[in-house]
Amino acid sequence: MNDKFETHEHDVLIIGAGGAGLRAAIEALGHGASVGIVCKSLLGKAHTVMAEGGIAAAMANVDAADDWRTHFGDTMRGGKFLNNWRMAQIHAQEAPDRVRELEQWGALFDRTDDGRILQRAFGGHSFKRLCHVGDRTGLEMIRTLQDRGVQMGIDVYMECTITRLLSDAGRISGAFGYWRENGRFVVFKAKSIVLATGGIGKAWPITSNSWEYTGDGMALAYEAGAELMDMEFVQFHPTGMVWPPGVQGLLVTEAVRGEGGILRNKNGERFMERYDPKRMELSTRDVVARAIYTEVKEGRGTEHGGAFLDISHKPAEYVKRKLPSMYHQFLELADVDITKGPMEVGPTCHYMMGGVRVEAETAASTLPGLFAAGEVAAGLHGANRLGGNSLSDLLVFGRRAGVAAAEYAKKQSVASVDSAQIDAAEREALAPFERSTNENPYMLHADLQQTMQSLVGIFRIEQDLQSALGKIAALKERAQRLSISGSRMFNPGWHLCADLKSMLTVSEAVTLCALARKESRGAHSRLDFPKFDPIWGKQNNIISRRGGEMSLQQRPTPEMPQELQKLVDGEKGAGA
Amino acid sequence: MASASQTAYQAARTGSWWTQVVPVVVILGGFGAYATWRAFEGAYFWAAPYLSPFYSPLIDIHHRYWPYSPALLILGGPLGFRATCYYYRKAYYRAFFLDPGACAVPERKRDYSGETRFPFILQNAHRYFMYVAIIFLAFLWHDAIGAFRFPDGFGIGVGTLVLLANVILLSLYFGSCHSLRHLLGGKLDCFSCSKFGGARHSTWKSLSFLNEHHMLFAWASLFSVGFADFYVRLVSSGAIRDLRIL
Amino acid sequence: MPNVTLRIFRGDRESGKTADYEIPLTPGMVVLDALHYVQKYQAADLAVRWNCKAGKCGSCSAEVNGRPRLTCKTRMDSLPQDKPITILPMKSFPVIKDLVTDVSWNYKVNKKIPAFQPRPGTDWKMWQKDVDRVQEFRKCIECFLCQNVCHVLRDHDKHEEFGGPRFFVRIAGLEMHPLDGVSRTALLKKELGLGLCNITKCCTEVCPEEIHITNNAIIPLKERVVDEFYDPVLRLVRKIRGA
Repeated sequence: MNDKFETHEHDVLIIGAGGAGLRAAIEALGHGASVGIVCKSLLGKAHTVMAEGGIAAAMANVDAADDWRTHFGDTMRGGKFLNNWRMAQIHAQEAPDRVRELEQWGALFDRTDDGRILQRAFGGHSFKRLCHVGDRTGLEMIRTLQDRGVQMGIDVYMECTITRLLSDAGRISGAFGYWRENGRFVVFKAKSIVLATGGIGKAWPITSNSWEYTGDGMALAYEAGAELMDMEFVQFHPTGMVWPPGVQGLLVTEAVRGEGGILRNKNGERFMERYDPKRMELSTRDVVARAIYTEVKEGRGTEHGGAFLDISHKPAEYVKRKLPSMYHQFLELADVDITKGPMEVGPTCHYMMGGVRVEAETAASTLPGLFAAGEVAAGLHGANRLGGNSLSDLLVFGRRAGVAAAEYAKKQSVASVDSAQIDAAEREALAPFERSTNENPYMLHADLQQTMQSLVGIFRIEQDLQSALGKIAALKERAQRLSISGSRMFNPGWHLCADLKSMLTVSEAVTLCALARKESRGAHSRLDFPKFDPIWGKQNNIISRRGGEMSLQQRPTPEMPQELQKLVDGEKGAGA
Repeated sequence: MASASQTAYQAARTGSWWTQVVPVVVILGGFGAYATWRAFEGAYFWAAPYLSPFYSPLIDIHHRYWPYSPALLILGGPLGFRATCYYYRKAYYRAFFLDPGACAVPERKRDYSGETRFPFILQNAHRYFMYVAIIFLAFLWHDAIGAFRFPDGFGIGVGTLVLLANVILLSLYFGSCHSLRHLLGGKLDCFSCSKFGGARHSTWKSLSFLNEHHMLFAWASLFSVGFADFYVRLVSSGAIRDLRIL
Repeated sequence: MPNVTLRIFRGDRESGKTADYEIPLTPGMVVLDALHYVQKYQAADLAVRWNCKAGKCGSCSAEVNGRPRLTCKTRMDSLPQDKPITILPMKSFPVIKDLVTDVSWNYKVNKKIPAFQPRPGTDWKMWQKDVDRVQEFRKCIECFLCQNVCHVLRDHDKHEEFGGPRFFVRIAGLEMHPLDGVSRTALLKKELGLGLCNITKCCTEVCPEEIHITNNAIIPLKERVVDEFYDPVLRLVRKIRGA
């Protein structure tokens, strides 16, 4: 059997090499563990590179009044109080140190006049809080972490897809996957595993996410027996490109509105006046996304089904200096000069608030030895994420996951990997080559995306969600008949088969949770239940695997201690 | 290295790469030929009050120690400055050595050593030629100012303007030099923590601005220096008369 | 809109040849869209590396009509459509399959570079005027187009002796970091072969981030190497000061 695949052994295996994965790797290595990090792409290409706005951290470099308590309050308010309060507290308290650490590893943030890290304003944050580097903060962050990790000597396994977690007597023992390059199988033995695989955007056709964001980590955790939480909360960013077709969904940074961009419909009306007259364009993402969606639905959309976002009233030089990549993006890809005319924008699937249920302190999932950090984990952002809180999430909980995974590994002996599990994983992976059923993975993917877009989108309603469940079940049937031609050498069609399995699992989870939550809260909007429901405000949806089937239950949210309660009192129910 | 064949890459590249190379060959080659001829000519370099830049500074005009053209004594300076210039290196490596002829155009395989061996390792001496160029610039400014002093007193002729334009362009070429930019500021890692850091930063910023146009100044000053010499020669040989403006 | 023909390299480490695919043009289509169309409808196993499709990750490098480009930023309507559009893998790296090349050499070179190390006793204050210059270098998205086009690697195969423009940019970012306390000039001269670069600027021409690789990174580094190794006066000054 051993001649069929290679084996690598580490104390801690990290799946995903974005901000959270790299930060976890650095920390686990610092705690004396041997660390391997696996990623589907080349190192340094993870979605973290696309983050533009900044890292939210209450450093009070620009607004002296800022502190972690305000950041905590903003995060809870943004998340409509469904957040895990302890995660929000840890996040707000530790983010400034995590940013300073980056600087000590060589990151170069934009500076204040007195030589400190510059911070900018962003939607939902009470103070100027986002540490940034122009509009390429994510790139700076991932490069810094990557260089630090490589220097420390982490083993990086690039272009490798994990298709299964292996377990032994109720705890994690390793992972099974294949090299994308040659299709050969590989087994990683590990005492603990950190999932840092990011989100699920590719289950929707209009998304700002890259091909990697297929919900692998959530599906792997679910299959292995861990719990998922809050899966109904999918953030649609209000401003993605809508034209030309090839770039549909590509992100238009919130900074455009931050710099004074104005939203108008085809009649020239500044429609945000009707949705949030106070905050207008700088309202939270869920509100703006719904507003644009509604305008288009009611026939006031632009030619290509979006809204106009206009920054051309600002001086051309200012726009080019403050939003360089937006300027180039529109000029090169859409033939639009944003200094002269408006952009066409519409909502795009952007971020997953839900994910693997974890303990706040350790990022431990409910499966011993399995940890999760970053977008793949649930809890910090509640029902809606604030811009800038994602990068800080990666650092704070990436680090905590690294510590906990290394400490856990110290206490464990090497678990044995079960050859029956490996055999099953192999059979599953190779099955598409052995069928001649002509079920094409690209077509299946397109159908899944269409289902999610039309039935589990920004606005949801009982009958759509029911119908989506039926369609997903049918798609799962079809997935059993996927067939693929060609060899195992770098075969994207085959790779998509594995990704589809994950996408179908998370799509089902999202739909189930969305159906259950009979209220509207944050990113989850039910046309049939348009209001907050105080009962739902105190419970999370939990997904787990029972007897091979997906099962859903509700669990009460943890009770916030008095002193934190005081910080957010009088805010409950605000900002629907 | 790649398994797609060399010819596939050659065939794929659309457009003609040599359109960039030919003008450089013609102009640099032409200038070289003209300058060589003029340097050896040893005559028609002075037409009061104009001195050809090819002959400045004028040394041993009466051939006491040096029987040949006085230009040969000094041309090594400016020639070395241009030959080791970071811009001209690019231009002639591409145009004369086809190393590479243009981007993504296949080269002949051979033992390539870049600037690590003789003679090209001498390119590292560019800053010394830059120091020498300062002396030449001083003389050329002296000549350009001298070009206002006619036998009958202050005046301006076409030749005055030619010499003045030339020395301005040469100064811009000099001011945009990479070595100068490095030595006056670029070599610092932290302007804020260095002595005179503020001044060196603003110097470096200005030189960086000029440096972006180094190629433009390189060509403009090449034309101007050639033309200035040509103009002086025309006047000096009596082919034309200098026009007095003032 | 009309159809166009893509002439794509199909093959692996051992052998390969180009194959033609006819696809319909859509408005605003980029080369990567066209490749995805081929994957979806004509060749599910066509290997292409890509991620963000927004010019921010640097994964989808290839040679379009003989020019090294990011395929996600190359508009189809910028290319002549009356003849086939040729898409070949990057030439300076071994092919894995189709348009995917083995770029692992770059990661090996990167490991040779000592990371940022702060000067002892720093208070972590930095000023924008010191940081500006380095921020340009840190825009690099590691698409490796500069490595691919550089003739030292592309035509002379000096992979063993030469670091390539990407890593000169990285080192420039470290050397000019206002708080960095390590010198990498000896590494540049001896191990990474900075002298092999003859500053012919193709790296700058292909850089999708418009980093002035030659003028702002390589030449200043060459000058620093001169400071240390080729300038007798500065050596003397150092000797006197050091003594």
